[in-house]
Amino acid sequence: MATPATPLLKDELDIVIPTIRNLDFLEMWRPYFQPYHLIIVQDGDPTKVIKVPEGFDYELYNRNDINRILGPKASCISFKDSACRCFGYMVSKKKYIYTIDDDCFVAKDPCGKDINALEQHVKNLLSPSTPFFFNTLYDPYREGADFVRGYPFSLREGVPTAVSHGLWLNIPDYDAPTQLVKPTERNTRYVDAVLTIPKGTLFPMCGMNLAFNRDLIGPAMYFGLMGDGQPIGRYDDMWAGWCTKVICDHLGLGVKTGLPYIYHSKASNPFVNLKKEYKGIFWQEEIIPFFQAATLSKGCTSVQQCYIELSKQVKDKLGKVDPYFDKLADAMVTWIEAWDELNPSTAPVPKGAPK
Amino acid sequence: MAEFSVMEGDVDIVIGALQSDLTSFMNEWRPIFSRFHLIITKDPHLKEELKIPEGFNVKIYQKSDMDKVVGSSLTSRLFSGYACRYFGYLISQKKYIISVDDDCMPAKDDKGFLIDVVSQHITNLATPATPLYFNTLYDPFRKGTDFVRGYPFSMRNGVPCALSCGLWLNLADYDAPTQALKAEQRNSQYVDAVLTIPRGVMMPFSGINIGINRELLGPTLFPGLKLAGEGKFRWETVEDIWCGMCAKVVCDHLGYGVKSGLPYVWRNERGDAIASLKKDWEGMKLMEEAVPFFQSLTLSPAAVTAEDCLAEISTLVKEGLGAVNPVFAQAADAMTQWMQLWKKIGCGPSSA
Repeated sequence: MATPATPLLKDELDIVIPTIRNLDFLEMWRPYFQPYHLIIVQDGDPTKVIKVPEGFDYELYNRNDINRILGPKASCISFKDSACRCFGYMVSKKKYIYTIDDDCFVAKDPCGKDINALEQHVKNLLSPSTPFFFNTLYDPYREGADFVRGYPFSLREGVPTAVSHGLWLNIPDYDAPTQLVKPTERNTRYVDAVLTIPKGTLFPMCGMNLAFNRDLIGPAMYFGLMGDGQPIGRYDDMWAGWCTKVICDHLGLGVKTGLPYIYHSKASNPFVNLKKEYKGIFWQEEIIPFFQAATLSKGCTSVQQCYIELSKQVKDKLGKVDPYFDKLADAMVTWIEAWDELNPSTAPVPKGAPK
Repeated sequence: MAEFSVMEGDVDIVIGALQSDLTSFMNEWRPIFSRFHLIITKDPHLKEELKIPEGFNVKIYQKSDMDKVVGSSLTSRLFSGYACRYFGYLISQKKYIISVDDDCMPAKDDKGFLIDVVSQHITNLATPATPLYFNTLYDPFRKGTDFVRGYPFSMRNGVPCALSCGLWLNLADYDAPTQALKAEQRNSQYVDAVLTIPRGVMMPFSGINIGINRELLGPTLFPGLKLAGEGKFRWETVEDIWCGMCAKVVCDHLGYGVKSGLPYVWRNERGDAIASLKKDWEGMKLMEEAVPFFQSLTLSPAAVTAEDCLAEISTLVKEGLGAVNPVFAQAADAMTQWMQLWKKIGCGPSSA
């Protein structure tokens, strides 16, 4: 039985969990999650009752709630896809978010000790990132590490960390073609490192085990239009990751990846995945160069401003790839409008407009 | 543990000797080094005779040998101290060079096995690098892993890896102030990863434990930045950091990759960080100028070989940094002299 760790930021962090099945996995996480408030976003049939294990403090939203709260703006929240989780980010009132999938369990480190993933994410978020120069000993703020010889002293303060991207033991986050070719491959390698993804470098962000500073980057964490009625699935977190990284680079915020690990237990059906990802596999060839070349104007000083500008570029440059991106660009704007409506104190005030 | 089988005929192990008695060093490395050809280059300022145990296939180059090849003034200018190893890079005719400092021993991995640095460096060099997009499971070509969801298929071939930068357990490669402040700190974190440094990203390249594809890089690793107060400990130099930044610019421009991570070596105690602190912080101050300079450097499309790239970089260094500190202007001159030597003695233009 895992020993409960000292809760860190328990009044400042919400745990957002999308689910369509049940929340039995919470039992294993109880020692670590119980002190925190949970936001459960129920996807799929709203008449189904999701049973939450006793003793957790939570709020639960199903599709009816989303429609009621957002009205016509609910169109930006995906249906029948775990992308709906971003609704949870929007309604949260906390500074930090941790999101985890319902098939992710507590992993063990090489010594056999249970890993408190949440504690590691908090450590990652509370210590600076170093995106301007790569430190070969990885996170210099970790106990036992430091900046190496040659690392400029002027860069050693780092920048605030906006995102902490954790990894997965057992079932790795492969795409459908790779799953089909390597159905039995399991990730058994525990890489004992946290590192900052350098400025200007994009990465495939996975939403299975992810934490972020909602105050710093929340509005960029839109998980797009996926699932029912959409031509694509399993690119929700990827989309959020590309937008988030471009904006973090622009605003001088850091993104970390590496520890903590969770144990990913369920391999989804690769044939189902292939159908969902199919278009994405072609589209990502255009999307990634688009984001790699994307620049934001100096006037964009808030996340919302950056995001709106990015949505215009998406419409302009990716609209040609498929009409889906037109819709997505519109949905990005709707998302920001909905975010600002639900979070009025953080909405950027346009110059000259009365408060 | 590395999976790639190494052809002995492809590899030179180049050791710069900064101490005369290499007996225990060579004996510790015997299980790993003994089947390869070794080039040992002796620091021209080291007066004592080198002591090397029997049983190695080794060629030694001392000051007199270097003088014969390049002339005594160039020996002194280019190959003093840690830079003596570059003579080995110049003289080698092999595809791969592995180089470790003479105060390093083989380390053990997290399972207690002796780490074969040669095998790991060669594996790193012989498998593609992936600088165009970051793979969150690190090196996708390692056994038991792959590219993750969202990694573009068009980028999955990767690019040739030109440089492999290993790490250090025990005494990590910190600068003197850091080591002096954290006198008891030793690196015990074995991070089981190799990763590609993304394109356009600069890093502090440590020369302590490296693998080089000499065919690809040619003269790219060179002795250039010599500090006025340069000393006999790594804390008192930045020549490798300088040449590493040039090398990264060259690799990014030519479409080659640079990997960092495994293998680890065990680095022994040597020197006194606090004593080194008394020397001028010259190197630290120079980095403040050098790093932004290299981060903003772009080369022209006309530069299609490593030689072309280096020629452009030396001109740009002279123009951009020469006025900031004479050390930079001297480094640019050293690069020019090095390239002339390479043309004469190295194996001609490297592959583009």
